[in-house]
Amino acid sequence: MTVTDAARESVESALEQSSTPSFSHLNPPPSYDLGDHPAPTGREEIWRFTPLKRLRGLLDGEASETQLTWDASLPEGLQLQEISKDEARELGELAPNDRPSALAVDRAVRTVLLDVPAERELDEPVVLRLSGESVDDLVYGHLVLRVGAFAKVTVVLEHTGSARYAATTSVLVGDGAQVDVVSLQDWDDDAVHLGRDAIRVGRDARVKHTSISFGGDVVRMHANVEYAAPGGEAELLGLYFADAGQHLEHRLFADHNQPRTKSNVVYKGALQGQGAHTVWIGNVLIRKVAEGIETYEENRNLVLTDGCQADSVPNLEIETGEIEGAGHASATARFDDEQLFYLRSRGVSDEEARRLVLHGFFQDLIRKVGVPSLEERLTRTVEAELAKNVRAGLEPVGTGGTPGGTA
Amino acid sequence: MSTLEIKDLQVQVATEDGPKEILKGVTLTIADGETHAIMGPNGSGKSTLAYSIAGHPKYEITGGTVTLDGEDVLAMSVDERARAGLFLAMQYPVEVPGVSVANFLRTAKTAIDGEAPKLRTWVKDVNKALGDLDLDPTFSQRSVNEGFSGGEKKRHEIAQLELLDPKVAILDETDSGLDIDALKVVSEGVNRFRGREGKGVLLITHYTRILRYIQPDRVHVFVAGKVAESGGPELAEELEANGYERFLGEKATA
Repeated sequence: MTVTDAARESVESALEQSSTPSFSHLNPPPSYDLGDHPAPTGREEIWRFTPLKRLRGLLDGEASETQLTWDASLPEGLQLQEISKDEARELGELAPNDRPSALAVDRAVRTVLLDVPAERELDEPVVLRLSGESVDDLVYGHLVLRVGAFAKVTVVLEHTGSARYAATTSVLVGDGAQVDVVSLQDWDDDAVHLGRDAIRVGRDARVKHTSISFGGDVVRMHANVEYAAPGGEAELLGLYFADAGQHLEHRLFADHNQPRTKSNVVYKGALQGQGAHTVWIGNVLIRKVAEGIETYEENRNLVLTDGCQADSVPNLEIETGEIEGAGHASATARFDDEQLFYLRSRGVSDEEARRLVLHGFFQDLIRKVGVPSLEERLTRTVEAELAKNVRAGLEPVGTGGTPGGTA
Repeated sequence: MSTLEIKDLQVQVATEDGPKEILKGVTLTIADGETHAIMGPNGSGKSTLAYSIAGHPKYEITGGTVTLDGEDVLAMSVDERARAGLFLAMQYPVEVPGVSVANFLRTAKTAIDGEAPKLRTWVKDVNKALGDLDLDPTFSQRSVNEGFSGGEKKRHEIAQLELLDPKVAILDETDSGLDIDALKVVSEGVNRFRGREGKGVLLITHYTRILRYIQPDRVHVFVAGKVAESGGPELAEELEANGYERFLGEKATA
C-alpha cells in the first residue's frame, strides 16, 4: 500500500500555516441560523465530493411532518424523553455546523433526549432502531444523548428502510464517563442520509464512536469531536462497503481544543462495482491551547473491482508545536497478488482466498467495535457483500492469472 | 507413490527490456520417497524453478513439462497444484493481516482434503505441529506471518508442511536466515515429513549447512538456469570445500 502524496502535502501546508484561525477553515462555524448555511453549489470545499443532485431536494429543507419509526430496547429506568429545541440548547448540545444539521434542528418534528444518569453502568447496549417507509417525504431527526459523570453505556443507532433523512445527534459525555456510540447505516437502495454526530468529551472521559455504512444511495456522515476539559479520549472508527452506484461519505473532525486530549481515527472501506464511490475526509485541528495532545488517523480502502473511486483526504491543522504525537495514514489498494498467491499455494481457491483477505482486512476493526452481537452481524454482512460481487460475475481486479492454466 | 518429473523446463519473466529467459531447459526427476538438493549461486534461477512449479503468475512457462504422478502440473491453477499434492515452503512468506494462523490452517486443510478436519483431533494436531517446531500454542491466534520473526516464519512454513501433508515439498531456501538452533528444529520437521511413506522433497539452498541435518539422495548444481551437474551427497561435500567456482568457470567458457 502506498501513502498518498496528497497526505504529505497537507501536513506540510498545515505546518507552514502561521495564522491562528478562530475556527478551522475546514469546518464552518456553528450556527442555528439557516442563513449562515446557504444551499451549496457543489464547489464548496465541504461539498465538492458530494453528488448534490442525488440528495433529491434534501438540502432545500421543505417542512415535513414525517418521522422515522422508532423501536427502542431500553434498560430499566432509562427512557426516551421528548424535549423542546430550547431545552436541547440549554443542555449544551453542539450547535449545527452545516446545512443538513441546521435543517435537522430547525425542522425536526420532535427533539429526543436519552439521559443516562451519573454513575449508571449499563452492561447491555441501548439499541435504537430507526426505520423509514419511503423516500416520498423528507424526514428530520434531532437527538441528544447525555451521559452523566462516571456512567458507562453503549448506544447503537440502527438505520434501515427508505428515507430522505437529515439528522443530528449530540453526544454530551460527562467527566470520567465511558461511552460507545455505534451508528449503523443499513438503508435500502434508494435512501439518502445526511447525518452529523457531534460529541463533547468531558474531563478524563473515554468515547468510542463507530460509523458503519452499507446501504443507501447517498450516505454522508459526520463524526465531530471536541473536548470540554483536559484528559478526554476519543476513538473514531468506521467501516463501509460501497456497491455499484453507491456514494458513501464519512467526514471526521477532531477538534483538539483542550490540552492532553487524545483522538484516534481508523476507517476502513471496501468498494465494488461500477460507480461505487467512497469519500473519507479526516480533519484534525490542534489549537494553540491544546498542548500535550495525541492524534492519529488512518483510512484504508480495498478496491475489489474496476469502476470504483475512493477519495481519501487527511487534513491536519496544527497551531501548537507542543504535542505528544500527530500522524496519519491513507492508503487505497487492490487485492495483493502475493497474498492471494500465498493462500492459493495452500490449496485455497481464488474466491476463498479473496474472502479470507477481505475478512482479515476488516477483522481487527470489527473486533474493536466492542459490541459482540454486532460483531457477528458485521462479519456476516461483509461476507454477504463479497458474495454479491462473486454472484454478479464482476471481473475482480488484482488477479494474478494462471500461466498455462485452465482455471 | 509420488514422482515429480520436470522435463526441459523453460521459463521467462517480463522485464522493462522485454522478456528475459531464466530457466533454460531444466530436467530433473524426484522419484518416490527421494530428497533432492538443488544448490547454486545467487541468481542461478533456483527460486524461479520453485515458484514456476507452484504456478506463480510472474513466471511464464515457454517450454517443457512438469508432471506429478503423470498429471500435467502446468495445466493446473495455483490452488489445484496444491490440492494435487505440491507444497512450496517460501523463502519470504507473505503477511495476511487479520487472518489468524488457526483460521488459515483450517481453511487450507479443508481445501486440501475437500472436507473440514474433525475439530477435536484437528486442534490437537495443530498444537502438536506448532509445539514440535517450538511455536507457542498462542501462535495460532496471531495473524499469518504478521510481525513474525524470520525464524517464526520458516517454522510456520514447516508446521504447514506437516499438517497439510503434501506428496512433494519444495523448500525454497528454508535455511536462509536461521540460526543453528532454529535450523535444527526446522530440519527435524522436514525429516519427520520425509519419514512418512513415499514423500518427495526438493530442497533448494545456497549453503551446504542444512545438508548436515537433511541428507539428500541426489545433489544438483544449478548454474545459469540449468542443472550443471548432478551427483550424490559427495557433490555437496565438494561444493563445501571448493565453492561454485568450477561451475561458474564452465559457464564463462560456455
